Amino acid sequence: MILDISYYWPFVKLGATDVWRHKTRSFLTMLGMVFGVGSVIAMLAVGEGASAQALESIKRLGSENIMVSSVKPAYDPAKAVASAGMGGNRVTLASYGLLFEDDSRIRETVPGVRDTVPARMVRRNARFGDRRIELRVVETVPTWFEVVKRPVLAGRTLTPADYAARANVCVLTEFGVRKLLAAQRMIGQHVRLGNNVFLVIGIVKNETGGNVRAPDSDADAYIPMSTGQRLFGLASIRVVSGGREGERVELSEIIVRMKSTAVVEAGAKAIESMLKCFHKNPDFKIDVPLSLLREAERTKRTYNIVLGAIAGISLLVGGIGIMNIMLASVTERTQEIGIRRAIGARKSRIVVQFLINTCVLSLCGGLAGLVVGVAIPVMITFFSGMPTLIRAYSLFLAFGISAGVGIVFGLYPALRAASLDPIEALRHE
Amino acid sequence: MAETVIDEVVRLDGVCRHYTVGDETVKALDGVSFSISKGGYWAIMGPSGSGKSTLLNILGCLDRPTAGAYWLNGENTASMTDNALSDHRLKNLGFVFQSFHLIPQLTVLENIEMPMFYLGVPPGERRRRAQALAERVGMAHRLRHLPAELSGGQRQRVAVARSLANDPAVLLADEPTGNLDSATSVQIMQLFQELYEQGKTIIVVTHEPDIAEYAKSRIVVKDGRIQSYTP
Repeated sequence: MILDISYYWPFVKLGATDVWRHKTRSFLTMLGMVFGVGSVIAMLAVGEGASAQALESIKRLGSENIMVSSVKPAYDPAKAVASAGMGGNRVTLASYGLLFEDDSRIRETVPGVRDTVPARMVRRNARFGDRRIELRVVETVPTWFEVVKRPVLAGRTLTPADYAARANVCVLTEFGVRKLLAAQRMIGQHVRLGNNVFLVIGIVKNETGGNVRAPDSDADAYIPMSTGQRLFGLASIRVVSGGREGERVELSEIIVRMKSTAVVEAGAKAIESMLKCFHKNPDFKIDVPLSLLREAERTKRTYNIVLGAIAGISLLVGGIGIMNIMLASVTERTQEIGIRRAIGARKSRIVVQFLINTCVLSLCGGLAGLVVGVAIPVMITFFSGMPTLIRAYSLFLAFGISAGVGIVFGLYPALRAASLDPIEALRHE
Repeated sequence: MAETVIDEVVRLDGVCRHYTVGDETVKALDGVSFSISKGGYWAIMGPSGSGKSTLLNILGCLDRPTAGAYWLNGENTASMTDNALSDHRLKNLGFVFQSFHLIPQLTVLENIEMPMFYLGVPPGERRRRAQALAERVGMAHRLRHLPAELSGGQRQRVAVARSLANDPAVLLADEPTGNLDSATSVQIMQLFQELYEQGKTIIVVTHEPDIAEYAKSRIVVKDGRIQSYTP
């Protein structure tokens, strides 16, 4: 009998007519639930959207990868004068960062390393005809394109043959191409990078963006590292006030690809302690996308707790509103309760009746809140472009919450209704 | 013993109902004993303050005696739990009230169905029986109406149909014509007469001698005691 729908159905109907009969009152009572449930869904959608974006950009870095990059150390005057020139025409040459040796050390001594991709990045002017933009020239090895997986839009990427031949070839990013060469066919064209001419052999899609620093940038030109060393050397010199300032950086970045995600964090520790032996000055840093991923998940959990608290408070307020109205309803329907008890309804049937009535009210509110909660993220995305993601679980959560609120806050009014003395209740006008 | 007598539907044995107000004990009922056999038509009379309402509450299983015993349809209510008492009311008693006491949100049909709903009668049979009962009291043409759309006499007819829903042992009417004009009162009392002729046990509580005239037997209550008992 407890599981028989016909036991409850008349009360569901009665609850619905009750909600309908007091439209204004029901609406005002439900508002708390509407906003409570609506905000839960909307905030979850915003949170999920943001974290999905963060996770996406972290995943783009590759969860098996460890990024080791050079960092310019704090200014050290003792070193800065190493090759000082005469008078006002000083040349300082700061030498720091990762070395070619570091690359081979990592590959040979750190356990679990699959391979490494060294890269050297220098900003240079690029020219094509009379067009001119600044590109980031990435001197690297062909395996770069295996580790930083980007769709190839045209042509091909660097090959070991290019590397061995120290060929003057480059792969550009889509964004760079568009800037440099408006609408022309780029493959097979020659562009000037710095003072040297390169043949464009391929175009890759740029997929940067998000709040995590990706190894690639929007406007990159990838050339074989061997070619770069032949043409550009290792030092870059800029004219600054009071002289010229040079930097000698062998490698800007080493992307270490580990054999599996299980060894990533141990590998990162090993790399760090190994590098510290050779770099007394802290001139490198290590980013582990997997750790970022874990951190992002932790952040999300914290966010969810805060969100849960806010939602909990608003639902508490909504629930109290519902309880208040149900208490009023119990008073209003005292005589009805008396009639039902006199006819022979057990106390438990009265409890069930009022619980269902409260649940109908809170579920109506929850349903309206669901609509609001779905509409808000859609509008946010439409008007501000912020990514939002409504997951199925948030809808079930909202449904469960509104049913829960109905039961929790309906219990007290229902028990009060059931405990009325039938004789007194019958006499109540 | 008393409960083995088949045709004795109601039996009161020294029923007392004492209230404590402050440090004073009010003896609303003080040792009431009588019995009513099956198929009887009784009027319970008495001026206000005589203990008539208290007796009605006890007879209606809404209240329990503080002393003595009350057997309704062979079962003693004195030791019953609240649930058992509720079930007892549901199965053995049909109430007709002065102000009808229909549930305003429910239609005529739903009001008549209500006792069967609580008894667990399946929906189809519930509907069928409710329609038959409505026909029996002459309300078959108003099944979908709400109580507010009916006249007083019509409402009381619906209330009578509802009281018959679970085929109770006793029909207990509390001033059934108190809110009706004299012409309608006559119609309702005729309805009771018909039910009596069909073999129902009926107890009407009233202070109006005209109404008490319809009954075949009479009990007069005064100061918490039986003043006269006329079978």
